[in-house]
Amino acid sequence: MTDTLTPVLTEPWGVDRSWTREVYESRGGYRALDTAFAMSQDDVIAAVKDSGLRGRGGAGFPTGMKWSFIPQDASTEAGRNPKYLVVNADESEPGTCKDIPLMMANPHVLVEGVIIASYAIRAHKAFIYIRGEVVHVIRRVQNAVREAYEAGHLGTDIHGSGYDLDVVVHAGAGAYICGEETALLEGLEGRRGQPRLRPPFPAVAGLYASPTVINNVESIASVPSIVGNGAEWFSSMGTEKSKGMGIFSLSGHVKRPGQYEAPLGITLRQLVELAGGMRDGHELKFWTPGGSSTPLLTAEHVDLPLDFEGMAGAGTMLGTRALQLFDETTCVVRAVLRWTEFYKHESCGKCTPCREGTWWLVQNLARLEKGQGSEEDLDLLLDQCDNILGRSFCALGDGATSPISSSIKHFREEYLAHLTHGGCPFDPARSTAWASSQQEVTA
Amino acid sequence: MTVSTSSTTGGEPRADLVTVTIDGVEVSVEPGTLVIRAAEQAGVQVPRFCDHPLLAPVGACRQCLVDVPDAGNGRGFPKPQASCTLPVAPGMVVNTQASSPVADKAQQGVMELLLVNHPLDCPVCDKGGECPLQNQAMSNGRGESRFAATNGTKRTFPKPINLSPQVLLDRERCIVCQRCTRFAAEIAGDPFIALVERGAQQQIGIAEDAPFYSYFSGNTIQICPVGALTSESYRFRSRPFDLVSTPSIAEHDSCGAAIRVDHRRGTVMRRLAGDDQDVNEEWITDKDRFAFTWAKQDDRIGYPMVREDGVLRPASWPEAFAVAARGLAAAKDAGGVGLLPGGRLTAEDAYAWSKLARTGLGTNDVDFRSRPLSAEEESFLAAHVVGSGVEGWKDGAVTYADLESARTVVLAGLEPEDEAGTIFLRLRKAHLAGPLRVLAIAPFETRGLTKVGGTLLPTAPGDEPAALSSLLGHADHGVDKDTIILVGERLGLVPGALSAAAELAAKSGARLVWVPRRAGDRGAVETGALPGLLPGGRPVADAAARVDAAAHWGVTSLPEAPGKDADAIVASAAAGGLSGLLVGGVDPDDTADPAAFRAALAAADFVVSLEVRATDVTAAADVVLPVAPPVEKAGSYVTWDGRVRPFEAVLHTPAALPDCRVLAGISEELEALGRGRRLGFRTVDEVRAELGQLGPWDGEAPAFTPVAPVTGGGEGLALATWKTLLDDGSLQDGDKHLAATARPAVVRLSPATAAQVGVADGASAVVTGDRGSLTLPVEVEASMVDGTAWVPTNSYGTAVLARLASPGSRVSVKGADQ
Amino acid sequence: MSTTSALEQTTLDELAEIAARYPEKRSGLLPMLHLVQSAQGKVTPEGIQACADILDISPAEVSGVATFYTMYKRREPGDFHVGVCTNTLCAVMGGDEILARLQEHLGVGNDETAEKREGDAHTVSLEHIECNAACDYAPVAMVNWEFVDNLTPDTAVQLVEDLRTGKEVRSTRGPRLCSWREVERVLAGFPDGRADEGPSAGPSSLVGREIARERGWSAPPGAASGTTGTEDLSASEAAAEADTSRAESETVEADVESTVEEPSDD
Repeated sequence: MTDTLTPVLTEPWGVDRSWTREVYESRGGYRALDTAFAMSQDDVIAAVKDSGLRGRGGAGFPTGMKWSFIPQDASTEAGRNPKYLVVNADESEPGTCKDIPLMMANPHVLVEGVIIASYAIRAHKAFIYIRGEVVHVIRRVQNAVREAYEAGHLGTDIHGSGYDLDVVVHAGAGAYICGEETALLEGLEGRRGQPRLRPPFPAVAGLYASPTVINNVESIASVPSIVGNGAEWFSSMGTEKSKGMGIFSLSGHVKRPGQYEAPLGITLRQLVELAGGMRDGHELKFWTPGGSSTPLLTAEHVDLPLDFEGMAGAGTMLGTRALQLFDETTCVVRAVLRWTEFYKHESCGKCTPCREGTWWLVQNLARLEKGQGSEEDLDLLLDQCDNILGRSFCALGDGATSPISSSIKHFREEYLAHLTHGGCPFDPARSTAWASSQQEVTA
Repeated sequence: MTVSTSSTTGGEPRADLVTVTIDGVEVSVEPGTLVIRAAEQAGVQVPRFCDHPLLAPVGACRQCLVDVPDAGNGRGFPKPQASCTLPVAPGMVVNTQASSPVADKAQQGVMELLLVNHPLDCPVCDKGGECPLQNQAMSNGRGESRFAATNGTKRTFPKPINLSPQVLLDRERCIVCQRCTRFAAEIAGDPFIALVERGAQQQIGIAEDAPFYSYFSGNTIQICPVGALTSESYRFRSRPFDLVSTPSIAEHDSCGAAIRVDHRRGTVMRRLAGDDQDVNEEWITDKDRFAFTWAKQDDRIGYPMVREDGVLRPASWPEAFAVAARGLAAAKDAGGVGLLPGGRLTAEDAYAWSKLARTGLGTNDVDFRSRPLSAEEESFLAAHVVGSGVEGWKDGAVTYADLESARTVVLAGLEPEDEAGTIFLRLRKAHLAGPLRVLAIAPFETRGLTKVGGTLLPTAPGDEPAALSSLLGHADHGVDKDTIILVGERLGLVPGALSAAAELAAKSGARLVWVPRRAGDRGAVETGALPGLLPGGRPVADAAARVDAAAHWGVTSLPEAPGKDADAIVASAAAGGLSGLLVGGVDPDDTADPAAFRAALAAADFVVSLEVRATDVTAAADVVLPVAPPVEKAGSYVTWDGRVRPFEAVLHTPAALPDCRVLAGISEELEALGRGRRLGFRTVDEVRAELGQLGPWDGEAPAFTPVAPVTGGGEGLALATWKTLLDDGSLQDGDKHLAATARPAVVRLSPATAAQVGVADGASAVVTGDRGSLTLPVEVEASMVDGTAWVPTNSYGTAVLARLASPGSRVSVKGADQ
Repeated sequence: MSTTSALEQTTLDELAEIAARYPEKRSGLLPMLHLVQSAQGKVTPEGIQACADILDISPAEVSGVATFYTMYKRREPGDFHVGVCTNTLCAVMGGDEILARLQEHLGVGNDETAEKREGDAHTVSLEHIECNAACDYAPVAMVNWEFVDNLTPDTAVQLVEDLRTGKEVRSTRGPRLCSWREVERVLAGFPDGRADEGPSAGPSSLVGREIARERGWSAPPGAASGTTGTEDLSASEAAAEADTSRAESETVEADVESTVEEPSDD
């Protein structure tokens, strides 16, 4: 039985100057690199496959399998083309806040993971695409890359292995859609971040039309520990199909919001208890399991295992384990409207359903939130969602429908209450971070 | 030459085809075919907006969603798929809106969303009546708008904005399908319009101070599936259902682009690209599209005129014919008559000129080349050009399709983007699709060359022969039988250049094609509007050929004395030799020596002008016979690849006669005077029938007489010049919006030459030649050969031949303030 | 209105240097536009043309990119650009109120710069931003893209006043704040030497780790202990570190439920 919390990636975060190479190396950093170099590239891929690591950026695709898709057959054009590793550090999904502290506190584990992953897929150039709005994170990663070069972890003939790798830290410029991997590639190629047609898939024709692996920060950062400790070590954590540890990000009306690294399969009930419960005198009303694009759940779902299968079974997704918790003071219609405005703002504009659909959804929701319209408008909303879900070019449009359809499913009465009340029946002041303390003072 | 447009396609069953089932119908299609096009073959039109068969798939509008219950592997797609991005797979099952409620619902949903932000201004929109969005919404959309029912607020924009002086954008109508931007980037290579902003605010835009200056910009208007893009020239001028459409052929170059001419009550309102996969696919240049108002200018000649007491006065056609015939007969007796038909005639009209010269005026003094020319060129035309091509009888026809499959294309004396836009587009297509290598023997790397991925072989004017010769067995740029050498008309001015090209082709096995500038040039060659050639490539110097032509024409003999070329005709007339001139559509400033040409007009005893509009020629003429512009007559152009491109009259204007009818009238009067034989036809159809009877010459073609290159430069700078696509040409008169998109005139110099003469980039410089001086801004061009100045031949205010320098001469450049 | 100076040769050289970092130069466009902003305070037509020239693409293509990403500004922001998160979670936690309060206090609408008062050392601009990946510190604002965590309306007003009057302000999880233009230079890939400022992590980032330490929880032992556990640290170091972290924590209450159920296996 593994412990309830299993800090691996988060473990060094509290250490003084944890972001420096000196501290990272003093704690065993960059040793997994030698372990990897002693293995064949295919064995590294096999180890990551065997570990059961699934992408930590939301989709949960097996990381080792992704690496194995990179064509290595020199008799084909794709096999001859250069290979690239791109780290998706564009963390922007509402509620998601794990990669940013990881890179800030421990950028070297990411760099080490980049080197091992690049070695495995036989890439000699890797890119870390970090959203631009987090300059201190970018400083830390830039610094770590510089330090890694200075120590011979990057550059030519790394650790005497004969393997060469260059890493470029690339700052984005403000676009949620660039978290979508092909849109990210567009951004990295200096274009508008609009998703590409697939096929061809990035594994065959990604960056510069060459074979490319795109992995989330946490996925790559997990690699050194997998290579260092072995696949079995990793797979001893988690559930049958959702292996390993992952960072669970609790936010909202919980007493101790923050990062909780635990084996996949932990429940929200466990996490909330660790976090000291909901705010005093309040109870959980609804929550997102993995960011705003994952259909929201309610208090009745707190005992479901937070793993890929458990969440899929509840009609939602594990996503990025971005657990946004809202108590009963929160108006679900207001929350959903705000998310929908977000999707409208972030829709890249490429396809009709997402571009026009989010435009219209916001208008309908705004009317309802103001208590205008009728019950039929709820059906219209659901039909609009039906016309967007699965019709859009990429998953952004799908994500935009998740909060709406799931909230109508769970809180239809609350929508109707807006109509009967002639507006929002909630007092937003009661939801604020300072509301409870004020109430306690006045009480 | 025969006029026919037939094409053949093979019909054998193919084993490599992919069979799919669409709405229960099995169809077999080429591997890689997109479902949306396979559905067309199954007789199902899946609605679409962003999809265009000539543009890369983008999958943006999502209108073409279909249900795919079996992807060919036994498993279906859980969600509807965009049929414009999905290739067929063996055994695939597709259900479109015709048979699948899922697909139908998906399409209805997308249509509803497309209309969310689309204004309902169809009644005032230019696209109304021919709008794919409107049609689709009418046939498949909801009757009532749920968006409107819920008091939805549409996105609005201040309207419209100019993407260029010609192309306007009404942003609120745009459904951002990206057809225009994809066209600009992919087809034209001019990514001057781009998606800007994002989300619902996403729109088409240009950068500040960087308008959509593309020679092909008008195509975006045509492929816009809504009324977002309009032209200044056509906007608000007409409604589609008021227009009568007639297919035709563009008159502006030797490419033969298919166009569609839309007119209303006797006035052409607009022109569109025609659809011809063998020639222009679906694209035309902005000149082909917008330059049609030239035929409707105030100086259009409405009636025949004869000179009386020194003044031109109106006359009836019979009178004008009679006066012309009398004058020409007298001139023929005095010193002879020279015929200058010009290069813009239809083949039928050129044939009439050619025949009239021989059977009516008894002379070979006929030359369509009323522009700089050379004897080497005429020999080249007789030996290598006449009769070649798609419909010719010689081997080695080169077609547009061949340009796509060639491994190497050599350009010499030709800048396709300026001088043959359709060729440019094919070269670009080939460049994007595969490994075509384009080599340009030119003074600098043009934008056009960059866009076809070409390699510049920097060559100063005059050095082309050496550059061509160097390609034989060249280590890097060697040419072989998979090479096509395109030689522009300009190359004929460089002594020895055509000779070098012919030698290169002969030794390497490369195929050699002549690309003239004007629509009528090649037809004039084929119909013998040359001093040394009779129709069908019959050499004047060949007695058997003369006999053959004479027999066809029912005359006993044809003149055997070698004719004068255009320069000699002008010189002779000016010197009091030839006493009569019969002149067609010739701009004096286009000729090798404009001053000499005007002097010849003044010196000639009798001048007959066949013109559309008043010119210096009509002003000097004794008889002016108004002829029809192409839009008002039937005819055929012969393209650079020897393709006959017939067209019928768009407008039927009784007063405007084709040249062949006018010349027939003169010939009949001549015959009445006993001074020649009537042409024997009056209509274009009769000419076509006669041409068909005559056929090509099946005897020996005359041998090419090579010319040795001339070496040595001289003082000053070599002058490189050609006409840009949009310039001061009279066939572009009347559309100020088009004119505003022309590239500004500059004098282009290499950095070293600019430094040497002491001018800087952007500075004003004076270019001086043997005929005068021009003041132009300097553009320092890194790829430019040293010791050379490039000036556009006929841009606004730069009539080079009239105002700067004689062909092949040298110029000097200095700062305007020096 | 501030005036925009022409791009200097050093900037043009640096733009080319950015492009050269990549196998295909167009990849440099995003950081290049950051550098243009650093040099000129916004994306200017001149900057667009300069990027287009270096990358051999059209100004329209650059313009398309510059207008796609929200960090590129067409009007120059203030010396300190304050972005208040009003995505759902922060909004609910008080971000809406903070934004409203700041808008009122500064007298500006969205994406506008407050008037510089007499005696002010710096200008401040304000916009509302989307989720900036700091939800466990809600409500959050970014100042020149540095975190300012756990704001209240009052602390937000104090923040902008400190910025305007020239007091040194530190990011709660970052360095001393520098100007927007200086930050844009870092985003262009030219480090400013401040990477070592600020803590490793903020208090919320550490809560799970601390609970694990208190309860003796850890990941299973692995072959390479260094990457997984804390064995290299002495117990006293660990305790000291935990104390430090807790001391920094303002919002987190120390008493955690002592009994936690083991995860169920279903």
